[in-house]
Amino acid sequence: MISAALIRSLDRNATIFLAILAAVTFLVPFCNLVFPPGSMLHVPTYLVSLFGKYVCYALVALSIDLVWGYCGILSLGHGAFFALGGYAMGMYLMRQIGTRGVYADPILPDFMVFLNWKELPIFWYGFQNFAYASAMVLLVPGVLAFVFGWFAFRSRVTGVYLSIITQAMTYALLLGFFRNNFGFGGNNGLTDFKDILGFNVQSAGTRAALFVVSCIALALGFLICRALVTSKFGKVLVAIRDAESRTRFLGYRVESYKLFVFTLSACMAGVAGALYVPQVGIINPSEFAPANSIEAVIWVAVGGRGTLTGAVIGAILVNYAKTTFTSGPLAPYWLFVLGGLFVGVTLLLPRGIVGTYRHWKAEREEKKKAQAPAGVGHAAE
Amino acid sequence: MDMRTTSSLLYLDGITVSFDGFKALNDLSLTVEPGEMRAIIGPNGAGKTTMMDVVTGRTRPDNGDVYFQGGEHDLAKLDETEIAELGIGRKFQKPTVFDMHTVEDNLLLALKNDRRVRSTLLWRGSAEQNARINALLDTIRLNPQRDRVAGSLSHGQKQWLEIGMLLAQEPKLLLVDEPVAGMTDVETRQTVELLKEINRDRTVVVVEHDMAFVRDLDVKVTVLHEGAVIAEGSIDQVSSNERVIEVYLGR
Repeated sequence: MISAALIRSLDRNATIFLAILAAVTFLVPFCNLVFPPGSMLHVPTYLVSLFGKYVCYALVALSIDLVWGYCGILSLGHGAFFALGGYAMGMYLMRQIGTRGVYADPILPDFMVFLNWKELPIFWYGFQNFAYASAMVLLVPGVLAFVFGWFAFRSRVTGVYLSIITQAMTYALLLGFFRNNFGFGGNNGLTDFKDILGFNVQSAGTRAALFVVSCIALALGFLICRALVTSKFGKVLVAIRDAESRTRFLGYRVESYKLFVFTLSACMAGVAGALYVPQVGIINPSEFAPANSIEAVIWVAVGGRGTLTGAVIGAILVNYAKTTFTSGPLAPYWLFVLGGLFVGVTLLLPRGIVGTYRHWKAEREEKKKAQAPAGVGHAAE
Repeated sequence: MDMRTTSSLLYLDGITVSFDGFKALNDLSLTVEPGEMRAIIGPNGAGKTTMMDVVTGRTRPDNGDVYFQGGEHDLAKLDETEIAELGIGRKFQKPTVFDMHTVEDNLLLALKNDRRVRSTLLWRGSAEQNARINALLDTIRLNPQRDRVAGSLSHGQKQWLEIGMLLAQEPKLLLVDEPVAGMTDVETRQTVELLKEINRDRTVVVVEHDMAFVRDLDVKVTVLHEGAVIAEGSIDQVSSNERVIEVYLGR
């Protein structure tokens, strides 16, 4: 009965969540573009981009919740998929600069001219085309996740061991992307973007549009995850999470299920990265830092894993706290706060915010039901 | 090639499994005929669970042959999923059901069906499947609990649910590991009935400690000790066997 109640409340929660998201999608750009600066209702452009950034983080959190919350795969390397999607978009944006760069080379991005490269490396071909770059945003993280997952899940690497090798994966990429001869701008990464699809990335209009697109991506990601986790496929995922070998003895090929959901999740993280880059204006190897991936897992834990809406709420809350905290005098202590938050949530609120709320509600309904027949009995007397 | 002509459903010959030098199974040979119900007893560490591990693909034998369906399939070459697909279902010693799923969903997941990712993604419920689930719920006496999450069931109910999940897979052979451990007397008696009912159209191998339960089952008994078969026959025959008395009661 608890689970039946959960399913019902989840349906309503999903609707409420999408309604709020739709309102934000409309109101933020509206208040930015329609009301003049100085008006009470004006939202400054920098805030539009900041909110856009939160929305991208929320999409990453959602992708982690799908694999961790529902399938029990604790990936501590989702930052890598996010960064790869970001780099694919960054490469497109670099190719759009053209002769407006410092060295005004029509083909080569500035850092290549600086390194005295004469020709564009083959893997940069095609990135001037938006459709091609967008395909790469999905393909590169997707293929990496597929290959990585194929080896890891077939060899039945699970639990903490899997978490450790995902960390190693993102760390290896971090080291690679730091190198100048890797061909992605070394430690400076890719920056100084000018246009996206012919629109100036700095203009308020483009920023508002990017915000709206990010919100739409989040809504789509949410709907895909919802559809998956409420289907029979989702039931199999939860079965794998709770009793993997039982699921195997029932005849399910556990590694195929894990591989599917892990690859899908990596693609979602890639999209988030691609939308993040034009809004913050830079992508560099620090996005691969293992700590980033761990931070994203903390967002999910705070919001409540296995709840989807919780992942989004957690990502936005923690990042809002980070923004306020790191812009004040307490900035050096942020990592202590983050660590404390993780320990606190794990010990005191293991279900996370949304998970705890739902559990409390389901229990209350259960009690009401239990009391109802007793009441009828009294009336009969 | 003689083992390929065997008529038995399950054929184990000369199986040896050792863990770090300890021989969990030592030249174990055992055959189960189609339609049979067999009880396997033996003291702790006799190799009962290891034998099930070998049959279901969890453990690979160091030596020996494991064949299914008259020598048609060599189980030593297949993994757990493939063996489950052949029609060998297993109930674990400790009841393992999906605690977060409802009783009904547990059965739905176990129901014989295409297990591939794509068909699971595109799955739609059908009246025929609902009817199957309802029939199973009646068989395992859990219809009133169908909407409860499995984690909230009593120990005995979990055991039945797991047996129900086994039935839902429509296996040819059921391996049941200690089904009445931790059950009340009433539940134990009901389980005997349930297993007999199941045995009407399926082959069953039951591993059990509880001698009263084995007596109630009233089937052929195989006694294992230190990884090998020491006696086989009716419960009266084996319980009067000197070797069995020695193993169970000490000399």
